[in-house]
Amino acid sequence: MSDSVLIRLFVNGEEHALAAPPQRTLLEALRYDLQLTGSKQGCDKGDCGACTVLVRERSATGRGEPILACITLAQDAQDLAIITIEGLATPAGLDPIQQAFADCGALQCGFCQPGMMLSARALLDRCERPSLPQIQDALSGNLCRCTGYTKIYEAIQVAAGLREPSSRAPVSSEKALPSDQVAYAVKELLP
Amino acid sequence: MFDKPPTMKHADNSKSTVGHSPPRKDGPDKVTGRARYLDDLAFPGQLWGRTVRSQVPHGRIRSIEFDPRFDWSGIVRVTAADIPGDNIVQLIEDDQPMLAHDMVKHREEPIALLACADRERLEEALLHVDVKIDPLPPVLDLLLSTHVFKSYRIEAGDIKPAFADSSLRVVEGIYRVGHQEQMYIEPNAICAVPREDFGVTIYGSMQCPFYIHRGLQRLLKINDSQIAVIQVVTGGGFGGKEDYPTVLAGHAALLARKAGKPVKMIYKREEDVAATTKRHPAVLRYRTAVKPDGEFVACEIDVVMDGGAYVTLSPVVASRGVLHASGAYRWPHARIDCRVVQTHTPPNGAFRGFGVPQTLFGCEAHVEKIALELGLDPLLVRRKNALVVGDVMPTGQRLTESVSALPVLEAVAARSGYAAKREAAMEAARLPAGSARARKRRGIGLSLALHGAGFTGSGEAHLKSRAGLELTASGARVLSASTDIGQGTITVFSQLAAEALGVPLSMIEVAVNDTSRVPDSGPTVASRTTMVVGGTIARAAEAMARVLQGYVAQTHAVPAGEVCCVGGIFAARGRSLAPFESIARRYLDERGPLVCIEQYELPPGVQWDDAAYRGSAYPCYAWAATAVELEVDLDTYEIKLLDLVTASEFGKAIHPVLAEGQIEGGTVQALGYALLEEHIYVDGRLLNTRMQNYIIPTALDVPPMTTLILENPYSRGPHGAKGLGELPMDGPAPAVAAAVLSAIGKLIPDLPISPERVMKALHAA
Repeated sequence: MSDSVLIRLFVNGEEHALAAPPQRTLLEALRYDLQLTGSKQGCDKGDCGACTVLVRERSATGRGEPILACITLAQDAQDLAIITIEGLATPAGLDPIQQAFADCGALQCGFCQPGMMLSARALLDRCERPSLPQIQDALSGNLCRCTGYTKIYEAIQVAAGLREPSSRAPVSSEKALPSDQVAYAVKELLP
Repeated sequence: MFDKPPTMKHADNSKSTVGHSPPRKDGPDKVTGRARYLDDLAFPGQLWGRTVRSQVPHGRIRSIEFDPRFDWSGIVRVTAADIPGDNIVQLIEDDQPMLAHDMVKHREEPIALLACADRERLEEALLHVDVKIDPLPPVLDLLLSTHVFKSYRIEAGDIKPAFADSSLRVVEGIYRVGHQEQMYIEPNAICAVPREDFGVTIYGSMQCPFYIHRGLQRLLKINDSQIAVIQVVTGGGFGGKEDYPTVLAGHAALLARKAGKPVKMIYKREEDVAATTKRHPAVLRYRTAVKPDGEFVACEIDVVMDGGAYVTLSPVVASRGVLHASGAYRWPHARIDCRVVQTHTPPNGAFRGFGVPQTLFGCEAHVEKIALELGLDPLLVRRKNALVVGDVMPTGQRLTESVSALPVLEAVAARSGYAAKREAAMEAARLPAGSARARKRRGIGLSLALHGAGFTGSGEAHLKSRAGLELTASGARVLSASTDIGQGTITVFSQLAAEALGVPLSMIEVAVNDTSRVPDSGPTVASRTTMVVGGTIARAAEAMARVLQGYVAQTHAVPAGEVCCVGGIFAARGRSLAPFESIARRYLDERGPLVCIEQYELPPGVQWDDAAYRGSAYPCYAWAATAVELEVDLDTYEIKLLDLVTASEFGKAIHPVLAEGQIEGGTVQALGYALLEEHIYVDGRLLNTRMQNYIIPTALDVPPMTTLILENPYSRGPHGAKGLGELPMDGPAPAVAAAVLSAIGKLIPDLPISPERVMKALHAA
């Protein structure tokens, strides 16, 4: 067993100190030492992106860039200011990204969403009006198995003020006759 | 197009939400990181559990030795000898042991279990368990297996004269599909907590709490009151958390009972991918007799599926597969065989589509082959043979309503610009050899699919699912065992209950999914949750509404027939009487609890004969067409998706945004099946167990998608709704194959259509 070391982390504006083995990852420290369980472990190998958090040098401004907490040692994150999903909302309310994900149906099981939303936040912080290829590129390290990504693109465009949520209106359904197999209404979701 | 649609935040609570898209009930918790998945829950004194596996695909266990030089203090060890009850994983057959003690039949077979508070010591301890196995020759190729788990035959008419008729064209083809991994982003995760009554409480990520509830009673020799299974927020399932969590819960419970402490087992990704169930590989042979104008006369279909080492759900997967093998078409004469066989690989099981993505790929790829050999447009062939109301399926089922094969096909053909794009692709292919060729070829293809809603055959009749709701001081609480695994069950059930009670959505809550508290509404599978369980909840809510209307009539001295509740206010003759909550409180005070539970009944006339394999296999079907436009790079053999259009008819969209989410998400999983997802086994060992080498679609792999929803209500579904969850998984793979055929003139009969397969097809003679 390895001896513990003292690790100081600055997370969501708060200082924390913890004793942990030197090989403790940032994800483990967040989840098991600081009880910030919003960051998820999907692979523990840097493949899925569910553990994404935002980091910057403590002296820098802004929210920072996405990194994978599962392949970052907690020790190596001591000089950084870290933002997790728990720190994305402000006292004023949800971040526009969070609101848009909820509004657009951009989440299903929700397990990839914390990482996905932080990657999206970092994108909008560095690019206010991203193109679709820029959005796709920014999310390419965050796997989602539920949504097919389409509504996630929409949510980011909504958060950026580039469009309204697309499919709030009801399906206009005409009453189908019992044996009429062509009585139907078509509802369209345009990309 | 909608210029300024109202956002969900401003949804009007007094209006109906059915057919609208109110915010997901679990949205706020999920966007803030507050939602608690299994590993986010702390259990005091909890140990971590791990599994010792065979490493040999087939053999006989000689010994299990725990290294005497290793310090085992603080480590709990479990083998089959520790099992108090039946050493089986309960499902259809009792053939799978919870822990192997004699034979091992696949490489990931669990043999021993360890638990320890310290994860590092636990990993080290795993290296000090020595399992000695005398190997036996494994069967790893499904076509070489002689052990048939289950076989089916469907027969209609007489195929022999058709194949002897020289005026008909006979077209034959063989198609192959491999494993597909569900790859939910949250791995399998369970925590077992031992109880003072020698029972156990299970918390976990799962689709079917009652599978575990029943299975662990036999394993642990405990009774119904000694177990509770509680589903926590679940990070995706897709079938992968239908039956497998019973294994994990059994293992965690055995460790927890021996340790006297909670034991959490969370699979590492590599372990989850290697050991848990996947989509069944299959080999599909199609032989068809068709008229020169493309009219189908007879089909002879033979499907072999690889069940893996144990039966698990294979008989029902094969059943659903064989019932969809002739596709959405009329076949006057048919003989359809399917058998599912044993191999010495981890058991295959449920995955969204449940046998249909395999057989539908065979069927639709074969329709392309028929069109190719007859020189016809595949759209015309589909149009000529698509099922309509009044048609009879090979099982003898006559379709009486809500049949939309043609509408979805025409909608997709029109919206995708199929005719012009196909003509352009054919024009490019007609360029004479030696002329300057484009490096990239475009093509467009489409597919037609149907998917039966609810359990196959007599399944729903046997299940007798129960669900309902109870009155609370602030509204009503839905009671069911149907799980929300991301698809939106909680929201849709709330909508259906609110609608029937005439109250705002905010007054409906959904009970925690705890088997000691909720009725058994059956497993969350088979595209049955909205239609079967949702419909049952709606009926229970109507029953509750009638009770309360009667009560209000009495207390307010108005005729019962004139009381109604709108927007949460009871009224009669246009006069408001009292808010729903105050009536609820008064009722609970005066008369005590009000719980309304209903049981699902198959619609009249829906009958199935298991022995003859004839009748109505499903009460109704959902329909979908998919068009894919793509580009094939003739130098690198890469395929780039350019555009995708789907049209789906599933009766009624209770929540259109959630429905679109099912369609888009399922479509992208199917695109992975079509183009990317392939498992490599060597000697029964899975080599690619990471998300880095088993590739699922990323944000960069998804084309622009147009999602069309058509409505054609089913008279027996809630508000006309049928099943949707699995439908989008069925059609995209054959549509991709059809588009590749359109682009390069070669039908690639195997999935995935990888660059290697494109290269081989282009260089074949």
